[in-house]
Amino acid sequence: MKNRSALTRRDAMRSALLGSVALATGLGGPALAADKLKAAWVYVGPVGDFGYSYQHDQGRLAVEKALGDKVQTSFVENVPEGPDAERAIERLARDGNKLIFTTSFGFMDPTIKVAKKFPNVHFEHATGYKKAENVAIYNARFYEGRYVIGQIAGKMTKSNTIGYIVSFPIPEVVSGINSFMLGAQSVNPNVKIKVVWVNSWYDPGKEADAAKVLIGQGADILTQHTDSTAALQVAQEKGILAFGQSSDMGKFAPKTQITSIVDDWATYYISRVKLELEGKWASADTWDGIAKGAVFLPEIKNVPADVKAMAEKTIAAIKSGTLKPFGGTITKQDGTTVKDLDDGAILGMNWYVKGIDDKLPQ
Amino acid sequence: MNFDLHALEAVLLTIVTASTPLLLAGLGELVTERAGVLNLGVEGMMVMGAVAGFAVALTTGSPELGIIAAALAGAALAVPFGVLTLNLVANQVATGLALTLLGLGLSGLIGERFVGQPGVRLPHLHIPGLSDIPFFGPLIFGQDLLVYLSLALAAVVSHVVFRTRLGLVLRAVGDNHASAHALGYSVIGVRWGAVLFGGALSGLGGGYLSLAYTPQWVENMTAGRGWIALALVVFSSWLPGRLVAGAYLFGAVTILGFFVQGLGIGVPSQLLSSLPYVVTIVALVVISRRRGAARADTPACLGQSFVPDR
Repeated sequence: MKNRSALTRRDAMRSALLGSVALATGLGGPALAADKLKAAWVYVGPVGDFGYSYQHDQGRLAVEKALGDKVQTSFVENVPEGPDAERAIERLARDGNKLIFTTSFGFMDPTIKVAKKFPNVHFEHATGYKKAENVAIYNARFYEGRYVIGQIAGKMTKSNTIGYIVSFPIPEVVSGINSFMLGAQSVNPNVKIKVVWVNSWYDPGKEADAAKVLIGQGADILTQHTDSTAALQVAQEKGILAFGQSSDMGKFAPKTQITSIVDDWATYYISRVKLELEGKWASADTWDGIAKGAVFLPEIKNVPADVKAMAEKTIAAIKSGTLKPFGGTITKQDGTTVKDLDDGAILGMNWYVKGIDDKLPQ
Repeated sequence: MNFDLHALEAVLLTIVTASTPLLLAGLGELVTERAGVLNLGVEGMMVMGAVAGFAVALTTGSPELGIIAAALAGAALAVPFGVLTLNLVANQVATGLALTLLGLGLSGLIGERFVGQPGVRLPHLHIPGLSDIPFFGPLIFGQDLLVYLSLALAAVVSHVVFRTRLGLVLRAVGDNHASAHALGYSVIGVRWGAVLFGGALSGLGGGYLSLAYTPQWVENMTAGRGWIALALVVFSSWLPGRLVAGAYLFGAVTILGFFVQGLGIGVPSQLLSSLPYVVTIVALVVISRRRGAARADTPACLGQSFVPDR
């Protein structure tokens, strides 16, 4: 509530200061032209997080650029996962948006609820698993990138201890940890991961605290599944290597970031908005990865040439489909084995692979 | 052993950084509330301090100037609060809440062009010899300026509030504004001072975030710390010494939670992340009870507007 109101206030101020009400950003601008398609995005963090929400907003901007005056886009940022999300989404639907993208896992149930009330509005929910007639779902195979960085980390660690800062124990995060571990184990059987949950997607202070504690406990490489650049900056200060998250964070830690797992939503967003414009939108389930460019890793830096070559080979193998992170036989933490996981098993993952010491919060 | 000591040092250093912003903002609010004014805008003033400190440090290259700017920005945001609640007798709770919203929005707007820029870090103190002592050196002689300032301020606030005439007037205004007024003290004037002081310290707390804790500017980077500081003030019964204990306890339990997770012994992380709140509240409530219920530390006029009779 607090955050959402803050945004309203901010936009009111922005409009006042710039003397303009024609700004497309923010909550429900005035309907300028009836023939324009109104599309809206809901973000869990600020667009300036330089991470997850930032990348979604880059996708929104790409839609504006590609489709120009056929669409009018808007966004709401800092929407907490929970009841507030439902109000934010409902308000966008009432404001005449015909296509609404809700971009965080925790918006899943709110999206489904609002979608029931507005059968003529199309919704798209990212990283969840509940579909409906007017709710499509989409996701990116982040775990493919995590396999690659796990391999690099496995090669580069000297203390055999990797620090992993995470947000919430949802399947996407858990499958990321597992994929990372499988990648690391593929090159280094002795590798250990220290997992720290900060229970927030976005709290630079806590992310930095967790990074410092992990480094103190002997981790010499950090990776994260949280959205700010704080951990990377701590790593740089302590002179160790780390990976970025969601966007290329190299500028914050040029000597530290090896690479990052970048989400590229632009292609997807443009294609979906186009379908809506053509009246061909239909509920769908899209899950692209490295092969289609939905996930990509910027140039690998700060590691020796042989490690870089290994990682590039792995990326190529994932791209061509010869390597599947969750292919083959996988041993779970409890000792049981599973084989060749299908998408459903990956999307619902709630167990750790063998070798991870952490207990999964239930 | 070597490794353990290193881990312990990292934990202790992190506890200090995690506690300092809470202490700074809490001290400011403590003085404000001692004067009988409830300013719920701590979060907003903090975030304004964070953005102003970052912007000035980045453009001038001087983190020290950044600190000054952070304090000024916090105080500046307290000005509309003062005008509305003290001069125009608006409701303090509503105005304070609005101040938080204003601060969050305005800081986002001002900070838009600073997002994604690596910041300037407030340097750590380095005393040759002393700061190099293993373990104790960095902990005692190697903190940054604001850490020492926050602890010194706690001592100063404690002294001024309870041992000086100024403190007596401040408490009189907070406990019984009508009598203070009758005695000839300017209730509004004292409250203005307390509100500005509170704003400045909240701004410093925010500046600590963007200059020392995580030297960068991102929107909403205070992430609720202003509210925690507010709660700490109440639970510490408006006593500076207890506020220090509360802030450090909160920081310590937060960081120890991460430490325990890193050990991988499987304590549920949800429990660990709720622990700072539970432990701090329980601890402070227990201390307050032991001091006896008779001692009413709550400023009696807290949150009440004062209209001088003519």
